Amino acid sequence: MRALKKEVVIIGGGPAGLEAADSLNKLGHAVTILEKEGKPGGKLSNWHKLFPDNVSADGILKQMVHKISGDIQLITNVKITKISREGTKHSVWFNEGKCIQAEAVLVAVGFDLFNASLKEEYGYGIYDNVITSAELESMFTGQKSLATVTGKTPERIAFIHCVGSRDEKVGFRHCSSMCCVTGVKQAIEIKKRLPAAEVMMFYMDLRMHGRFYEDLYLEAQEKHHIQFIRGRLSESSENPDGSLLLKADDTLAGSPIKVKADLMVLLLGFVPTDFHRKMGEEFGVEIGSDGFFSPCDAHLDTNSVKTNGIFVAGACTGAKSLEYTLADARSASLKIHEFLLQTTSANILN
Amino acid sequence: MNSFGFEIQKDNTIEYDKNDLSLAAFVLRHEPSLYNCIQCGSCSGTCPASAISSYQFRKMQLLMRRGETKHLREDVAHCMLCGKCILVCPRGVNTRNVIRQIRIALNMN
Repeated sequence: MRALKKEVVIIGGGPAGLEAADSLNKLGHAVTILEKEGKPGGKLSNWHKLFPDNVSADGILKQMVHKISGDIQLITNVKITKISREGTKHSVWFNEGKCIQAEAVLVAVGFDLFNASLKEEYGYGIYDNVITSAELESMFTGQKSLATVTGKTPERIAFIHCVGSRDEKVGFRHCSSMCCVTGVKQAIEIKKRLPAAEVMMFYMDLRMHGRFYEDLYLEAQEKHHIQFIRGRLSESSENPDGSLLLKADDTLAGSPIKVKADLMVLLLGFVPTDFHRKMGEEFGVEIGSDGFFSPCDAHLDTNSVKTNGIFVAGACTGAKSLEYTLADARSASLKIHEFLLQTTSANILN
Repeated sequence: MNSFGFEIQKDNTIEYDKNDLSLAAFVLRHEPSLYNCIQCGSCSGTCPASAISSYQFRKMQLLMRRGETKHLREDVAHCMLCGKCILVCPRGVNTRNVIRQIRIALNMN
C-alpha cells in the first residue's frame, strides 16, 4: 500500500475536504488541504446545532479536525491563483508564487450563502431587524444576543423561506433544499429559548425530504405551535418603532396578509462560489445551469469531471446536508484512489 | 309559492369538465409564461389593487385556468397595470401581459 503513496491536494478544508482527507489518508495517500480561512471547518464552524437531531456542530467538527494528522497537511489562509497541468502532474499555485504538486486534485469548495441585500424589497441591510439564518445561528452560539437591534426580546419572529432560492429574478432557479429544515430547526430553537415568542414561517412549499425532517415539522406544530403561512414574502417595511411590517399573500386563506414582526429571519439559499466560475473558465470544469459543478455522470459518477485528475465533492456540486456531503466525500476518495492505482499501473507497464 | 324557510344552495365544486376553458387557452397561448406560476402569491401580496379590493391576481388567474370566469371582468378591471407584480414574480411570469390578454379576450380594450 505504502508503495502506491501519491500526493493529493484538496481545495477546501470544510466538512467534505476534511472527510476526504481522512479517507484518502487511510487509503495510503499523502494529502494536503488548502483552506482559504485561518482555520478548517468551513460553514460548519459557524453553526450551532444540526438538524434533524440537534447534535452540536462544534462537537462534530472537533471529531473531524482531530483526524488531521500523519500524512495530512493543512495549509490555512490560502488564496489560489492558478492550477496548471503537465502530463499527469497538477500544480496548484497559491499565495504569491507558492506551488504544490499533486497527482490528483479534489475540489471541495462548498458553497456561498446568497447575498440577501440583492433582494432589496426584503430590506436586509436597510432595516436593522432583518437578519439572515447565518446571523441567527451566531446568536444561538452566543456570539450575538438573541434580541432586536435595540436589545429588546422579540415577541414575534418571522422566518422567510426561499431567499435566493427558486427565484428567477436573482438568477437562482434551484431549490437549495436545506433551508426548509434549517428554518424549522431554528424556529424550534427560538421557542426553546423564548417560549413566549410567536414564530411564523412564510413558505412557498415545505420540502422536508430527509429522514426525520418531517418529524421536526410535526414537532414545530405540535409542541411549539409555530405558525406556517403559505405565501412568499412580497415586501417588508419598517415601523417607526423599528419593528417590521410584512406583506404577503396568505394563499391558502385566499387573502393578502399584513403582519408585524420584531425580528425577520431570511433563510438564505446556497449559491456557487467565485471559485466555481474560475474553475469553469480557466480549467474547463463543467458548470450546470445553477452555477455549481456538473460531474461526468449525475448518477454513476458524481465525483469526476471531464478534466482528468480533477475531482469534486460535497456541496460544490449542489446543496447537500452534512450527511450527504460526508458520504460524497468518501465516495470521491474511493474514486481518486482508483484513479491513482490506474495511473500507477499504467506507469509500471510503460 | 310555498316558503319552506330554506333554499337549495349552489355548491362550490369546480365542474372542470363542464367549464369553458377556451379563454384560459387563449391567454396561455399569448402569454405562456403563466404556465410557470407556482402560486406563491408574491404578485397579490404586493398588489396595490389587492390592498383596496377583493381582486387578487394569483387567485384570479388560477380560477380562470379552471374555467371559473364569472368574476373575471370585474377582477381585471381593478388592475392599474402598475407592474409591481412583474417585479416580484420569482418565476418570471409576465403578469401584466396576462391581464392585457384577458382584457383583449373579453373585449375590454
